[in-house]
Amino acid sequence: MTAFEVRGVAKRFPKGADDIVALRDVDLTVEPGEFLVLLGRSGCGKSTLLNLLAGLTRPSGGSIRHRGRPVTGPRTEVGYLTQQDTLMPWRDVTRNVEMPRELRGEGRRERRAAALALIERVGLRGFEKHYPRELSGGMRRRASLARMLAGDPETLLLDEPFGALDAQLRTELQGELLRLWQGSGRTVVFVTHDIQEAVTLADRVVVLGPLGRIVLDLPIDLPRPRDPEDVRVDARFVELHRRLAEALR
Amino acid sequence: MSTGPVRERSGRGFRARHGRTATVWAWRAILLVAFLVAWQVLSGRVLDPQYVSSPDGIVTRLGDWLADGTLATNTWITVQEIVLGFLLGAGAAALIAYVIAPLRIVWDVLDPLVMALYSIPKVALAPLFIVWFGIGTSMKVLLAAVTVFFLVFLNTAAGIHDVDPALVDAVRLMGGRRRDIALKVILPASLTGLLTGLRVAIPYALIGAVIGELVASNRGLGYLISDSSATFDTDGVFATLVVLSLVAAALNALVTLLGRRANRWKPLTT
Ligand SMILES: Nc1ncnc2c1ncn2[C@@H]1O[C@H](COP(=O)(O)OP(=O)(O)O)[C@@H](O)[C@H]1O
Ligand SMILES: [Mg+2]
Repeated sequence: MTAFEVRGVAKRFPKGADDIVALRDVDLTVEPGEFLVLLGRSGCGKSTLLNLLAGLTRPSGGSIRHRGRPVTGPRTEVGYLTQQDTLMPWRDVTRNVEMPRELRGEGRRERRAAALALIERVGLRGFEKHYPRELSGGMRRRASLARMLAGDPETLLLDEPFGALDAQLRTELQGELLRLWQGSGRTVVFVTHDIQEAVTLADRVVVLGPLGRIVLDLPIDLPRPRDPEDVRVDARFVELHRRLAEALR
Repeated sequence: MSTGPVRERSGRGFRARHGRTATVWAWRAILLVAFLVAWQVLSGRVLDPQYVSSPDGIVTRLGDWLADGTLATNTWITVQEIVLGFLLGAGAAALIAYVIAPLRIVWDVLDPLVMALYSIPKVALAPLFIVWFGIGTSMKVLLAAVTVFFLVFLNTAAGIHDVDPALVDAVRLMGGRRRDIALKVILPASLTGLLTGLRVAIPYALIGAVIGELVASNRGLGYLISDSSATFDTDGVFATLVVLSLVAAALNALVTLLGRRANRWKPLTT
């Protein structure tokens, strides 16, 4: 059974008398346990596609299946880290991270313990009681990541999760994400516009072209486990990087 | 994992933390005293106490009224009208806003109607209210309630409509149902609007009640004003105004207390 099966999907946004076509005729299969990176320049419809996979919006045409069942709405097995921060501004970090388990009806003590462990894991210790607006952009990002992981989803959708972070922190979190994913059996769909990030993380890179179509589907045959620092000097890495840069042009 | 930011004890003393507040309060006191002294000195020499009264006269009058119970009875009546009117108006407004505002289509239909009613000067309703409810306490309570209602209702509805849809989506993604969205997103997010409404409505509750008393009454602070001015008793009018502003200040302090909790997250800068 496939994790996601996208068949002939189109997405149009009505605008006055015209439609903005964000996606047209996209076919995509995501295997279970796979780390798939969706690569494309900004405005090519990456976020639109993730919204569809998450079940937040419905396609204008075509069909999407998750684990064999048609996607009709959001599901808790799918965690989605959206491009924009959506932490509740009136909750401190801990209460934000608790939220997925709170909505599931879990007891206060357990969900608090789970939240604190995750906050520690994303490096936000000491900021448990801070409100989102008291955090930097990068810290909010990490808090959002912790919140998503608190729901313990089996499929992760990540929309440019490390885009706003400095290079150092970005590399660290990439490493952390790889450790988190390695051997967990989780499926990851990771969106980025950064070729280097794509090659570092992916089993497979799918390039979304400017016309809302997939232009390249490239397996990344670099050995795992990968270290984000070391992999970049690999000769094979450079070759893959070149091919993707060509496809993006 | 990455090192987070570091927290240190600031070592700031009382002066650094409260110096500004202290300065502000000191200046307020200085200004008030200067004003009172100038008033007292000028009254009787330059200005006619018959028109502007004097601090001395006001204090004497307050003392007399305090002694014979006039002040306590009338203030208590007005405060009751304000509080009842405020609770009634704000309660009804919040309730109706939370029922109607989320239903966008109902809101769109009713919006111009609400605005039309809101635009009516509430004083103009006083004669009608006298016909409907007599000149007793209920007339003042309802006049205050109507005034409060629209302010709280419109502000709460605006708060509900300003809720970021991305936050609603976030809760849907975490498996939240309609109930969770209402209680964990719409309600807290719109609380700022509700609090704004409550804050701006407080002086209007007072206005509504006092206008009701001015128009037709035989008790309350509004009555004291109209009664004093009818006998050219400026000391009485000013004494009542002082009491009214004290009541207003007390009410404002109450709402500030209410809003303080929400303030930590309020400015949503991203
Ligand atoms: N809700 C929307 N309404 C109208 N147009 C939209 C909406 N969402 C996205 N678009 C348009 O669809 C295109 C793709 O957007 P998006 O998926 O956000 O791109 P990306 O994430 O790849 O940068 C853009 O041209 C954008 O303007
Ligand atoms: Mg995007």
